[in-house]
Amino acid sequence: MSERTIPARSEPNVSTVGGAEAPTILPRVDVIEDEEGITVLADLPGVPKEALEVRIEGETLSIEGDIRLDLPSELEPLIVEVRAPRYSRHFRLSRELDPHAIEAKFSDGVVRLRIPKVKQAQARRIEIQTS
Amino acid sequence: MAWFHFPTFILDELERLQREIDRAFGAWPLTIREAAGIPLFPAINVGRTKENVVIYVFIPGVDPNKLKLTLEQGVLTIAGERGTWEKQENETVHARERFAGAFKRTLSLPDDLDPDRVEARYRDGILTIVIGRKAHMLPRRITVQ
Repeated sequence: MSERTIPARSEPNVSTVGGAEAPTILPRVDVIEDEEGITVLADLPGVPKEALEVRIEGETLSIEGDIRLDLPSELEPLIVEVRAPRYSRHFRLSRELDPHAIEAKFSDGVVRLRIPKVKQAQARRIEIQTS
Repeated sequence: MAWFHFPTFILDELERLQREIDRAFGAWPLTIREAAGIPLFPAINVGRTKENVVIYVFIPGVDPNKLKLTLEQGVLTIAGERGTWEKQENETVHARERFAGAFKRTLSLPDDLDPDRVEARYRDGILTIVIGRKAHMLPRRITVQ
């Protein structure tokens, strides 16, 4: 039957920065697949465009970004629900996706990725023989 | 940068760990609005300086003009709606973690706020609200006769 083309699993919610384990936030995502490819939406509020990193290494897709807030000096925290300064999430891409053709858009803290399938993977109807 | 680098962070972190432990064992009561165990949207950080209370609302992908903010007797309410997408017939949905729909969050803020000095701006998915504090509420030294 059809292969699972989706990011099958995400890495643990910890990344390594400067040799020490720094806590990161796992950004929430939507993943939608159609015949031509996969669309990924990810929430990374507080990350300016220059602090967003979308990378492909081997078959791993990484979405990472640093939160940059205008913090006045001598700010005493009263309520802190967002505790980590960085988002990080990794996905494994299956072979039918084309890592070289990924398109990324980023606005108001939402990343939209479009990962097309390689051409021959798109139409893959298998005739079922009846005997 | 960011929230971790507050000077009070270490103490704060210890308190958080304790809280998480408490929560894991059910000792820390959830607020009434957290009763369902669903993460709150939008997430909020609040800090205070001598002059202002600053509220950072983590609210990506909304039209700031459609947010409804009210401040009444020290209670700030943030309400709005985040649009969503409809699944098409030819689509398979593998993950749908992002918040969609109407939301409303209510925060009790310190009671020394000046409702006439409020500024709000939206950038990179963060709504920053700065509310001035009343000068006469700043700590005063009381002379003992």
